[in-house]
Amino acid sequence: MSISHDTLPMGRVEFGGIVKEVCLAYVPEASVGDFVIVHVGFAIHRIDAEQAERTLADLALLRETPDGAGET
Amino acid sequence: MRLVDEFRAPGAVDALAKRIGRVVTRPWRIMEVCGGQTHAIVRFGIDQMLPPTLSLLHGPGCPVCVTPIERIDRALFIASRAEVVLCSFGDMLRVPGSETDLLGAKGRGADVRVVFSPLDALAIAEREPQRQVVFFAVGFETTAPAIALAAERARQTGIENFSLLVAHVLVPPALEAVLGDPECRVDGFLAAGHVCTIMGLEQYRPIAKKYRVPIVATGFEPTDLLQGILLLVEQLESGRHEVENQYTRAVTAGGNAHAQSMLARVFEVVPRAWRGLGEIPRSGLGLRAEYRSLDADLRFPEGPAAAAEPEVCRAGRVLRGIERPTECPAFGSDCTPAHPLGAPMVSSEGACAAYYRFRSPA
Repeated sequence: MSISHDTLPMGRVEFGGIVKEVCLAYVPEASVGDFVIVHVGFAIHRIDAEQAERTLADLALLRETPDGAGET
Repeated sequence: MRLVDEFRAPGAVDALAKRIGRVVTRPWRIMEVCGGQTHAIVRFGIDQMLPPTLSLLHGPGCPVCVTPIERIDRALFIASRAEVVLCSFGDMLRVPGSETDLLGAKGRGADVRVVFSPLDALAIAEREPQRQVVFFAVGFETTAPAIALAAERARQTGIENFSLLVAHVLVPPALEAVLGDPECRVDGFLAAGHVCTIMGLEQYRPIAKKYRVPIVATGFEPTDLLQGILLLVEQLESGRHEVENQYTRAVTAGGNAHAQSMLARVFEVVPRAWRGLGEIPRSGLGLRAEYRSLDADLRFPEGPAAAAEPEVCRAGRVLRGIERPTECPAFGSDCTPAHPLGAPMVSSEGACAAYYRFRSPA
């Protein structure tokens, strides 16, 4: 993601190869290189990379303990 | 694509499906609220990975599907005026009104344009000041902040030839309508991830408590959906009914405060009619008094007489999770995406379209 400021805060967001101009008014904390969720031309969330990693770690743990270790 | 592919990893999908199979001891019925989730479930075959006692019901979270025929007819009426450019998201163009659809109107010369963002419609109004640009504002809490910002910009910059035909709806009142239905069979909900991105989780706590149903905010990738289902069945099997968050990378308890404050500035909560569900109190958003000059219903006050939904279409029962699309006698024969009888066969979020696209016998 890259950012330009015209009258509205806008940024260029790449969607798997396609680049679109997107409004960033609702994610003022976003910075270049972030992953954002975009809906109808508006970024609505900056992906929490730490939480994403945590979810992936939970999934990895589940794969390593296929018998459901820890369950009663 | 990064942060997408990881959530589709086959090993994790299998491990989650197996874990669900071990946790489930009784029949449960889970409703996914969002049409985007319905499509992902049918496309990836998530429902077919689950134990047979666990059924997924498809909910009312397809904005195009729940927009009543009255709004479509009004859009058609406004689009037929010579001075009007009617702008819409692409999904709305094939939704049948009582006589035609927006694509048909376009074929007969109406100026109907598909836009990616409401800001595109505003830009058309700025470029073509002699035209009346009307944006057909359809959608849930995820979409409404974009419309709100376009309304605010139009007012700030004095663009007077822009207006909104508003049909915005809200998820929590729809869940209550589904739960309050005597035919309701829902034991737990997967809440729509991106609606929760905007609104957070708090609105769901009173519903979970009142109806004793667990609600899990869930994402859209295969592992998200399976993890959301796992969290729900763990709650159901242990008799809990809490609000949980599977989609932590995109949903916080408080939601997006910037978007919420713009929503509150531009819109107020109003009663709204839903296709198939009827009028639900406090279930929609309408423009506040300060923004009424942008209201296309007031700008073009005369209009067509109210029409009834077509009787053959079972959209109402499908949207309430009472019937599956394939139970409708018209499914795949009289009703197809090329010749839809009702909105759920048209929309990229409609349950009937999902079954037609991914489940039709070859």
